[in-house]
Amino acid sequence: MLKLNMKKTTRQSLVTYAIVIIAFVVFQLLSSFGALSNLIEGQLVNLCLYAILAVSLNLVVGISGELSLGHAGFMCIGAFTSAFFSKICTDTIGNDFLRFLIAMVIGTFFAALVGFLIAIPVLRLRGDYLAIVTLAFGQIIMTLINSMYVGIDKNGLHISFSSESALHLEPGTSPIINGSQGITGTPSIDSDYRFFVSILFLLLTLAVSYHFINSRTGRAVMSIRDNRIAAESVGLNVTKYKILTFTIASAFAGLAGAIFSHNIPTLVATTKNFGYDKSIMILVFVVLGGIGSVRGSMIAAALLTLLPELLRSLTFLPDGIRTFVSENRMLIYAVILIVVMIFSNSPRFVEIRARLKAFFRRGTKKEAV
Amino acid sequence: MSLLFSSHPLLKIFGRFKNKGQKQNGDLSLFCAQVSPGFDLQGVCILEFITYLIRGISLGSVYAIIALGYTMVYGIAKMLNFAHGDIIMIGGYVAFTVMTTLALPSYLAVIAAILFCTLLGVAIERIAYKPLRGATPLAVLITAIGMSYFLQNIALLIFGSDPKMFTSVVPLESVRFYYDGSGLLGVKAFWTGAADPVLPDKLQNADVLTISGVMIVTILVSVAIMIALMVFIKKSKTGRAMLAVSEDKGAAQLMGVNVNKTIAITFAIGSALAAVAGVLLCSAYPTLTPYTGSMPGIKAFVAAVFGGIGSIPGAMVGGILLGIIEIFSTAYISSQLADAIVFSVLIIVLLVKPTGILGKKISEKV
Amino acid sequence: MAMLEIKHLGISFGGLRAVDDVNITIEPGALYGLIGPNGAGKTTVFNMLTGVYKPTDGQIILDGEDITGQSTVRINRAGIARTFQNIRLFGDLSVLDNVKVGLHNRYPYSTLSAVLRLPSYFRQERKMDYRAMELLEMFGLDKLYKVKASNLPYGQQRKLEIARALATKPKLLLLDEPAAGMNPNETQELMDTIRLVQDKFGMTILLIEHDMHLVSGICEQITVLNFGRELDSGETAKVLNNPEVIKAYLGD
Repeated sequence: MLKLNMKKTTRQSLVTYAIVIIAFVVFQLLSSFGALSNLIEGQLVNLCLYAILAVSLNLVVGISGELSLGHAGFMCIGAFTSAFFSKICTDTIGNDFLRFLIAMVIGTFFAALVGFLIAIPVLRLRGDYLAIVTLAFGQIIMTLINSMYVGIDKNGLHISFSSESALHLEPGTSPIINGSQGITGTPSIDSDYRFFVSILFLLLTLAVSYHFINSRTGRAVMSIRDNRIAAESVGLNVTKYKILTFTIASAFAGLAGAIFSHNIPTLVATTKNFGYDKSIMILVFVVLGGIGSVRGSMIAAALLTLLPELLRSLTFLPDGIRTFVSENRMLIYAVILIVVMIFSNSPRFVEIRARLKAFFRRGTKKEAV
Repeated sequence: MSLLFSSHPLLKIFGRFKNKGQKQNGDLSLFCAQVSPGFDLQGVCILEFITYLIRGISLGSVYAIIALGYTMVYGIAKMLNFAHGDIIMIGGYVAFTVMTTLALPSYLAVIAAILFCTLLGVAIERIAYKPLRGATPLAVLITAIGMSYFLQNIALLIFGSDPKMFTSVVPLESVRFYYDGSGLLGVKAFWTGAADPVLPDKLQNADVLTISGVMIVTILVSVAIMIALMVFIKKSKTGRAMLAVSEDKGAAQLMGVNVNKTIAITFAIGSALAAVAGVLLCSAYPTLTPYTGSMPGIKAFVAAVFGGIGSIPGAMVGGILLGIIEIFSTAYISSQLADAIVFSVLIIVLLVKPTGILGKKISEKV
Repeated sequence: MAMLEIKHLGISFGGLRAVDDVNITIEPGALYGLIGPNGAGKTTVFNMLTGVYKPTDGQIILDGEDITGQSTVRINRAGIARTFQNIRLFGDLSVLDNVKVGLHNRYPYSTLSAVLRLPSYFRQERKMDYRAMELLEMFGLDKLYKVKASNLPYGQQRKLEIARALATKPKLLLLDEPAAGMNPNETQELMDTIRLVQDKFGMTILLIEHDMHLVSGICEQITVLNFGRELDSGETAKVLNNPEVIKAYLGD
């Protein structure tokens, strides 16, 4: 009986891994037959990194029950620290793969570190305050990086927040992080391998998430979400578990950022890349995928990332609808957020659904994770 | 955003130093020495300081008006209405449409904006928030974020992304103070559209301190609104019902207060205030886009938390302090980092005194 | 030695003296009742015992250890577990997981070994499953182990809350109005459950209750609080016949 319970959660995670692997194989086949448009091909790495972002934000929103609006900020840290590393080690570490892997670790580590430092004070706050403070942190991180100039010459490291010239670099040396122009020409691995590597990182993220949720720690985090006071009364250290979850989620956001920065020619800390809108977009993935569902977050992220391209291929829809949808994506996301929230959370709708369920009374196979 | 603040002509309060507000990372002493060979160093710096201070108070007054709406809704409906900032933007567009497309006078535009936003606020509450009363705070918050995005993107769909130039609704262009080393020589008001008055000789060569009309009106309006709200809440029956609901919804219901109606009225007042803030904000910073309201909205929330959420004087104090901090950061530190500094204020306040300057402690019942 | 000694316990909120000079001694294995009219300060005493409020005066000694003013978490680890007047379960977790959260501190393994699925993870999880099911069986909830806690009927939610509290292996169990909202049949069943807990675990129990049938049925000793002060205490039957106590309950 208990074995069965164990197996159910394992089965769920295996199904999710299988979906990822099948999707990878299908895309590879399509690509080798030349059946994928350039646009979709260019989105494959993004697909993985948005899935990583969504799955990790789900740990905070779904499992820990806290609303973080600064996820893109941690992505930004991962992106810049890893790209910075790759830039300064272009010559020291000749092997592309090795350098890339170390860069990923560095991006992950620094995002986790900042996440941890921010979590300590912030997670004492509750609910709405937490949301607005994470939003503020996300903006601060982005603004600071956007106005930061960093260069290295034989005299060592130079950092300034005012201008390139304030770095006083040796003539002939150009800054690595050049303020709002960011980091250009980050060395990476060959673009043919990037999708494969990103898929591996996605699988890693999924495995860690599943293992985390289905453990003593995950249960503790969810119990705190459900009832903080009761969780304290059975001896759980609320702050510790919240900080832990937030740190893990930040780490994966950093990983996604590192993948991102190694997949684009120029990395800039703009609102479009790392702003509040990006955080909201990740939140939309989580909400649409079903708050708390790992697989749902992943699938929603993938589908919505491909949405514009998918729409183009849905030729049976009238042109008007297709252009409207692709031009007004955020409007549609907004409506989705509102409608999904009202239908799944309004006490009245919850009651109606419960009644419908009782009416049909079929084996309700509701995915818990 | 911050760049806008310092570059607009209406804002160059201090005529002699126009465009100097844009200076980033300004080294103060150097700056003063450069622009005012005829002045002693200290005098100019103090005047510059006063200029920024007034500008900060004015911007802060706008934040205060928005924060009043935030704080009322938060106190009574116990929710963070993320869409509040976007109602400001809608108010701006309504006023813009009435003035430009319908070519009606500006006072009608203000009235139209207030009416429209009041109805909009009540409608949003009814459609999106009311069904979620009793749901988890997370659900309500995400819905509010969705609503904020919905408003932004509806505006984008209707008005497009290119900025609209908003004409100030305040007919007073500026008030100028003339002075020289010996003291104040005279004060003159300049009305929009009126011919420049001929200056008497003694003022011709005097130094000028210019304060824009919008700023004066903004500060006056915000003070008036705060006083009116405090009187309303203390004296009127509806106001006392609001207090009761904010203390304990269930108990208020038992005492015969119509909770739904009270919450709807709160949203109506909050949204009307947002419309006023929108018109004033657009009059001072006349570029109107679908994203105009989002940053001031968030900053006003910071102001509300700063002053102590749920407290009306708190919202006022918090708003003005935040406005001053923002303008000073822009002027003396870095315009790029100003937003980061403003948000740091929020974080520091929440860590040091989570209840804000004038807030009271809320504890959870076991 | 007494399991719990409360000495001169008191707390003030602002100027209001909510609880004043309360003294209770409970022997190991005893079933002790705390009664009194609404607002007498019973739940406040519980909240001080469990660290939700810090007492302004007095001492709380659990099994020889002074736990006055400790945090909720520390007090639970020292050996006090409780249930709540308004049931507080982990609603979205299964019945089994609710109990397993209670077992959290007794079967530790690191988050890293969970993520890497090291042997310690499987070993400890298996032990937890076994212990949890044992507990659930005792409360007749074993068949429902998969059900979401919030979907249980009221009576069973009360039982699950007790099971979860017991999972932390407390020395002292506090029950805050366990019979609230129950019909006479359910109350009868609850009394059997409480006796079972007392017998099987040798548990010391302190409960707050309004249901006099339950109190006189199972409590060996009681203390009556009124306006935050002790009105009387001693053997249940004797105290309940005290005219002062009857007056406090029925009014003048």
